[in-house]
Amino acid sequence: MTMAITGIPRIPLDDWSNDFIDYLTESFSVVFDVINTMISSVIDSLEWLLMLPPPLVMLFLIVGLSWWLTNWKIAAFTAFGLFLIMNLGLWQASMLTLSLVLASTIISLLFGIPLGILAHRFDRIKAIVIPLLDIMQTMPAFVYLIPAVILFGLGNVTALIATFIFAMPPAVRLTLLGLQQVPHTTLEAAEAFGATEWQKLFKVQLPLAFPMIMSGVNQVIMLSLSMVVISSMVGAGGLGAEVLRSISLLDVGLGFIGGISVVIIAIILDRMTNFSAQKKANIS
Amino acid sequence: MRMSKSKDALIRVENVSKTFGKEKDKALELRRSGKNKDEVEVETKTTVAILDASFEVKQGETFVLIGLSGSGKSTLLRCLNGLIPPTEGMVYLENDDIAHLGKKQLQHIRRNKMGMVFQNVGLLPNRTVLENITFGLEINGIPAHMRDKKGRDAMELVGLNGQAYKRIHELSGGMQQRVGLARALASNQEILLMDEPFSALDPLIRREMQKLFLDIQDEIHKTVIFVTHDLDEALTLGQRAAVMKDGEIVQIGTAEYILSQPATEYVKKLVQDVDYSKIRQAKSAMSTVDVFALEHESPQVVLRRMKAKKRSSILVVNEMQTLIGALPIERVVELVEFHKQDLTNVKLERPMCVHPAVALREVIPLLVNRQLPVAVVNEQNRLIGQIDKDSLIASLTEQIDVDSGNVNEVLQKEVSQR
Repeated sequence: MTMAITGIPRIPLDDWSNDFIDYLTESFSVVFDVINTMISSVIDSLEWLLMLPPPLVMLFLIVGLSWWLTNWKIAAFTAFGLFLIMNLGLWQASMLTLSLVLASTIISLLFGIPLGILAHRFDRIKAIVIPLLDIMQTMPAFVYLIPAVILFGLGNVTALIATFIFAMPPAVRLTLLGLQQVPHTTLEAAEAFGATEWQKLFKVQLPLAFPMIMSGVNQVIMLSLSMVVISSMVGAGGLGAEVLRSISLLDVGLGFIGGISVVIIAIILDRMTNFSAQKKANIS
Repeated sequence: MRMSKSKDALIRVENVSKTFGKEKDKALELRRSGKNKDEVEVETKTTVAILDASFEVKQGETFVLIGLSGSGKSTLLRCLNGLIPPTEGMVYLENDDIAHLGKKQLQHIRRNKMGMVFQNVGLLPNRTVLENITFGLEINGIPAHMRDKKGRDAMELVGLNGQAYKRIHELSGGMQQRVGLARALASNQEILLMDEPFSALDPLIRREMQKLFLDIQDEIHKTVIFVTHDLDEALTLGQRAAVMKDGEIVQIGTAEYILSQPATEYVKKLVQDVDYSKIRQAKSAMSTVDVFALEHESPQVVLRRMKAKKRSSILVVNEMQTLIGALPIERVVELVEFHKQDLTNVKLERPMCVHPAVALREVIPLLVNRQLPVAVVNEQNRLIGQIDKDSLIASLTEQIDVDSGNVNEVLQKEVSQR
């Protein structure tokens, strides 16, 4: 053990962390098993759903959805991009990646939006949550990948938890920001007409914060996608695994087509979520 | 302060105080011992927003709270529907003490008894005009088809026909405030709280909205508590007003009373720039009619009187003192030439006449470019006085003499009967 310059003995933060994880694995293995099963069932059912129709049918469904949410230009790009992925033989990997991204987005929003609402309501929760979010976003991903692997083993679940930790904060932050931007006078008016707290939340605050919450959704999806390659290091399949394989094989071409597929999915998801948020914002 | 507990008071505010800050007791005590608001703020870091305010609002009355910004008028208004709970004192709505009601009961009162209009309107930009107007009904759980009907009725009342499906951002400021007004009217509550609703509008629109408000009020007779910093607005819209300064009510009374007998130097300063033509009524500029003709008098007598008093025109009344017309001097000369015996069956001109309760402002144009005084007639069309240019100018410029209490008392009585 090295002594710090000041003469104060070194604080054994690393040992404590080890002990903590050991304690968790010994005492709460049942809990982690349950979480493991729940998350993997979410991912599996999403993947099953995405792989259910033949690829060409799925392609048309996604193009149709993007046309409905956005406009024909973006729909045309979607069609082109997805066709390219199919042509490159990365359809199955893409669908797995997509199901991972969607699962992590769903879980992030499930926790993030209510947490944002609570943080807006109670200052004490906000005081705890905000620094926690800072830690989640700035802590290097590899640091929490290791304990996650210990707790959940290699595979999609660990990947999803790592993704969740990195991608969830914007859901909380932008929900909070959206709620903070609701004008005080509008809230006061609702109160003056006898609105209950729930009515204020659902009829005033959330509708007015909606565009901001939607850009939070967009951020969550983008950050989830950015974790695709890193999460493949802990055993997640999909496009990330392709890229990782290309690195070990030093196969530039394989890496490139894997990367371009991630980019295509990112652009499609970004345009779809962003455009629908903008549409809503333009109306208001 | 004068406290009368009349039975017909719908809202009764008793000794309401409101402080913001930690040392409320000390701040109130200091304030009551005569220190002013700023001194107390410095000493205790506590703001006394309202201090011992008491007033009553009768059913169907428009009561104005007037004061400069920071005088506590908006805070006091919010004490009436519990948006801000008072620190001390009672607020009675009929027999319920609003200041000490539970959340549920307060919500019930806000939904069913009191509507509110805000300076910043506070509309929901994600909803259409109609959806905004029916917001209060929606909160109250009224089914959609009934909401729609009531909403449309309210829209018609404020002149928003055909705008139902517009978005809020498509409307001008004045139109938005109409939506705010309609939203408060749609629930058809008995009481309307209005917090400087027209202050943010430009002067022309503001006047238009004031007129709209008066028209609507004529139709629906709500009990209104109106907050404003604009004295002209207070006097135009309100029957009675409370003047507030630094959280205290310094004077309560009718417009005439406040103008004629300002209670403090502050009120005096506040009212010195008032447009008297708006507040003072015709009767305050009225003088007795010195020259007039009776219907049965001969034209010759009338002509002589007109020449003696140098009049080019004369009012004609019958034996009941009822005003029946006017005659210019040329016509009287004509009648003399025709050897008419009296003024019956003579074609008379329509004279300019007003009722005594009409604002002087409306009398002014009647006197422009005319020699004849304006006749003042009562409900039975009896001639009770006249207004000429001299008496009009005198009454517009002179402050009513504070000491001539008699006249004032009579005036006040009549004003409050209105």
